[in-house]
Amino acid sequence: MSDKIPVTVLTGYLGAGKTTLLNRILSENHGKKYAVIVNEFGEIGIDNDLVVGADEEVFEMNNGCICCTVRGDLIRIIDGLMRRKGKFDAIIVETTGLADPAPVAQTFFVDENVGKRAKLDAVVTVADAKWLKDRLRDAPEAKNQIAFADVILINKTDLVSDTDLREVEARIRGINPYARLHRTERCAIPLPEVLGRNAFDLDRILDIEPSFLESGDGHDHDHDHDHDHGHDHGHDHGHDHGGLRHYHDEDMQSFSVKSERPLDPDKFFPWIQNLVAQEGQKILRCKGILSFKDDPERFVFQGVHMILDGDHQRAWQDGEERMSRAVFIGRDMPEEMIRKGFAECVA
Amino acid sequence: MTDARPDNASLVERIRPVAAGAAVVAVHFLGDDAVFVLGEEALLFWRDGEEHRAAVHGGAILASACDGERVVTGGDDGQVAATDNKGASETLATDPRRRWVDHVAVANGGIAWSCGKQAFARSTKATAERAVELPSSAGGLAFAPKGFRLAIAHYNGATLWFPNAPEAKPDRLEWKGSHLDVNFSPDGRFLVTAMQEPALHGWRLVDGKHMRMSGYATKVRSMSWGPGAKWLATSGANQLVIWPFAGKDGPMGKAPKVLSPAEHRITAVAAHPKQEVCAVGYEDGMMLLTRIEDNAEILARQPDNAAIFALAWNATGNRLAFGTEDGAAGVIAF
Repeated sequence: MSDKIPVTVLTGYLGAGKTTLLNRILSENHGKKYAVIVNEFGEIGIDNDLVVGADEEVFEMNNGCICCTVRGDLIRIIDGLMRRKGKFDAIIVETTGLADPAPVAQTFFVDENVGKRAKLDAVVTVADAKWLKDRLRDAPEAKNQIAFADVILINKTDLVSDTDLREVEARIRGINPYARLHRTERCAIPLPEVLGRNAFDLDRILDIEPSFLESGDGHDHDHDHDHDHGHDHGHDHGHDHGGLRHYHDEDMQSFSVKSERPLDPDKFFPWIQNLVAQEGQKILRCKGILSFKDDPERFVFQGVHMILDGDHQRAWQDGEERMSRAVFIGRDMPEEMIRKGFAECVA
Repeated sequence: MTDARPDNASLVERIRPVAAGAAVVAVHFLGDDAVFVLGEEALLFWRDGEEHRAAVHGGAILASACDGERVVTGGDDGQVAATDNKGASETLATDPRRRWVDHVAVANGGIAWSCGKQAFARSTKATAERAVELPSSAGGLAFAPKGFRLAIAHYNGATLWFPNAPEAKPDRLEWKGSHLDVNFSPDGRFLVTAMQEPALHGWRLVDGKHMRMSGYATKVRSMSWGPGAKWLATSGANQLVIWPFAGKDGPMGKAPKVLSPAEHRITAVAAHPKQEVCAVGYEDGMMLLTRIEDNAEILARQPDNAAIFALAWNATGNRLAFGTEDGAAGVIAF
């Protein structure tokens, strides 16, 4: 195992309950010590933990890629924290309610010193059950935070009816069907559901099926999300699939592509690199498991905007279906072009 | 390519080991005494084999600088401390909000430090410091070789500030991107910053002309000026990159000299104060002395897999001290 320090990123729109979750993490009796990077001092105060104030400075990189931004303050703070290595087990980064999670995530891929010592564990987004619907309408930041998340807490469920709750869930699923979804009151959740997720670990890129195929906390619903049925995407709308209301967000979508025939790496790599170079601004996240022709090993990849990371993971096992699959989450993505491009990568 | 170097002209046997026991993040000399800056809390003094420690911060030591008489440090305890060669430490400043002291600088005229987007300077004669607000957090600080003038690197450029002239607007040198470490050439003609990208940026101060120095494998974390400010040695590549600064145009339009290629990257450099020689530390712990003129090399330390983080000569150039991220350290006396 790597001895890199895991970093959990907490996002969520103003008032959703990030600080409540943070305080819960810090005060629970888990025997671990956290270094916490916060934007405002004062609201938390746990003696045992290191608390550092951050400025949320988003810097553009001079590499000709306009969406390649990093959090300059994180680079500096993580470098400083590493001088106290051994004094904490993990790092938690709390972002402001209006923050875009992408620069935080990209920092771990772009900065070598950070990437060597720390690893992104997961982006955890706290959503307000009552107000999320409105924020998805008027706050692009809130939508980004949902789209980017690996784990989503629908918080304050006690303030809404069951019908409203299902509606919020359906809207979240319309944006990001791959995140683990939890219903919470006052962010009450077992900590293993938010910490130690390894969501950015290439070895763990297995969770690329829509999350509600797994039955998680009893609130998830079995439902096949792989639909090719040509909806009108011009507006928010819902439709029923066997009783479950189903939404498509008007500008944020996700979709998966797959191929039962092996891919040609000499076609796939130029295609994906070109795709993220051209369309990376629109693609918030992508990940996939690939089967290449004449290659006994699974290849896994993930991306954040224009940044790609990938590696051979392990040998395909006997009897394992050698399917290539990839998912994309983004804003106004050229879905047909991506589907076609992926299909053309078949060996 | 292999990192095996012939042992025949080796200095390896002459290393006097120092048991730092913790990551060494910098090393300085106060006269002939080596002062190792540890990642947390303490300075470790070494004088001819005698060691003693001085606790100077209640946490991580984030920055250090030395003017030959005292080592100035900044910590995550919000304090700026100065320590002399007897190990006597004095707190020079405490941030009222206990913010991290990210960077420090010291020169004959005084001290400077920064916390986030504020930089402070206090001249030796003054009792209170002056502050300057920055457009973004400081990436590095450096005093000009002459006069009480501070350079501050930040996002999209650097600021040149005369702390004793509060009415004068600080000069801004602009270049897109995040600027980190900064230093003046010892003749005061050039300002050079290391950037978040694997590149350096330089300005000729007389006319603000830009110099882009790129081609590195990674961020440049260590820079050192050769005697007479004729060249600048840099880390960040698998070879020692030496930029020529002797002419009036500095390295503009010139290629750097590349010396001592190796399998691993260079993590620390220290130019000899008097001779055309540079001490070079690698990511795998190897250390070489490289002659600039003809790339003649002397092995100073065998690789052991812990990166050389700290490297410094004393002022007369007869002692070289080093430290690694794993807590190995040593001094070579010539």
